[in-house]
Amino acid sequence: MDFSWIFNYWPLIVAGAIQTLLLLVISVVFGFILAIGLALAQVNGPVWLRGSAKAYCTSFRGTPLLIQLWLLYYGVGSLLPMIPGLRTSFLWPIVREGFFFAAVSFTLNYAAYEAEVLRGALLAVPKGELEAGRAFGMSRWTLLRRIWLPRAIRIALPTIGGEVVLQLKATPLAFTVTVMDLYAVAYKVRQDTLLVYEPLIIVTVFYVCLTLVITRAFRLVELKVPIRR
Amino acid sequence: MQTNPSIVELLSPYPPGWGGALLSGALSTILISLGAYFLGIVIGLAGSAGKLKGGRAILVILDFYTTAMRAVPELILIIGLYYAGTDGINRLLSALGFPPVEINGFLAAVAVLGIVQGAYMTEVLRGAILAIPVGQIEAASAFGMGPWLRFRRIVLPALMPNALPGLTNLWMSVTKDSALIAVVGYQELALATRLAAGNTKHYFLFFFAAAVIYLMITLFSNVVFGSLEAYFRRGQPKAA
Repeated sequence: MDFSWIFNYWPLIVAGAIQTLLLLVISVVFGFILAIGLALAQVNGPVWLRGSAKAYCTSFRGTPLLIQLWLLYYGVGSLLPMIPGLRTSFLWPIVREGFFFAAVSFTLNYAAYEAEVLRGALLAVPKGELEAGRAFGMSRWTLLRRIWLPRAIRIALPTIGGEVVLQLKATPLAFTVTVMDLYAVAYKVRQDTLLVYEPLIIVTVFYVCLTLVITRAFRLVELKVPIRR
Repeated sequence: MQTNPSIVELLSPYPPGWGGALLSGALSTILISLGAYFLGIVIGLAGSAGKLKGGRAILVILDFYTTAMRAVPELILIIGLYYAGTDGINRLLSALGFPPVEINGFLAAVAVLGIVQGAYMTEVLRGAILAIPVGQIEAASAFGMGPWLRFRRIVLPALMPNALPGLTNLWMSVTKDSALIAVVGYQELALATRLAAGNTKHYFLFFFAAAVIYLMITLFSNVVFGSLEAYFRRGQPKAA
């Protein structure tokens, strides 16, 4: 076991860890927002909206993330330059990068899984609480904002914690589309130094520690907002 | 999708088209998934038996196994196990004085995915066995059934309804995780698609086709597992 390479590579390792964290945060935050819409559409939407939200969730949950990522990066990526004006616009430096495609596909994928979780949680909120809210004269929007959504999120919280960990474990896929995330750095170290296991071990330790941090954080939040059964 | 002759030609199953490559890729995806799934069930049965009945040492080892496999990203596990496994076998062989062998990619893929599946399977089966009322197992012992007969007649039929939702999820995840095998270079659906797309430059078409194939595998599996669950839940009261 030889870990002396760490001294030469630590700036790259830190940069890779930041990319991994960024991918995680972006996909979880935007995915969650999207998931709220998708879940509400499935629970409360008109038939056509309900059907399309359901179809969205089924197709994103039914295909591998790797294929979604490659479909977006290679497929949509090869079609993008055909949009007139995009190549010269200020968006091009962002849209050209693998990071953009990874972030978009992780977000869309996370949203599909999270929507399914939230749908169950929205249905699990006791009817009496919603009726009480309505009896107070709350409008649909106020009811959603003050009672339905906060209660559903609290019910789903343990599952959401699990989903965030799953999402973290999906981020190394970004390396297949040229993102220099933590795993890609380990891959580069392996190619430079011909060490197979040491870089993988460092990366593994990082992921496991981050998993522990995420589960601890969720447990703290759960304790802060106790649920009455 | 609008049919125009070039798409039909590209996807045709005969050599100028790439449909055949995609279909044989899909077949090996299914075979890898099946192999890994059954290896996972075997490991899971042994692991859950060990976790429920084993001594302290076995418990510590199994806890480490299930925790590590579930905490580390699948991609890293697959790459790590793939290289460590092939490297380890060759070292063992050279230590015993045999020439190194080229490890069969299919077997390596099955073994790697099966070991990962086994960890999840252990937890699913352990939970399902714990959910069986103790009285049923005690009654079987009181009838004088041996451990094997007890498992076959009482434990297995009683654990299946509890375990099936978990088993369904694991099957869905192994069919999708098998796409990660593409990264270590074994030709299954994801890699076949990538080759087809790279050769023809029709990236969108081929990745879309692969997504449709994966989706069909998922939807078909949904139907199969749905009827399995109906079968194993026969005689149980319907949930409200």
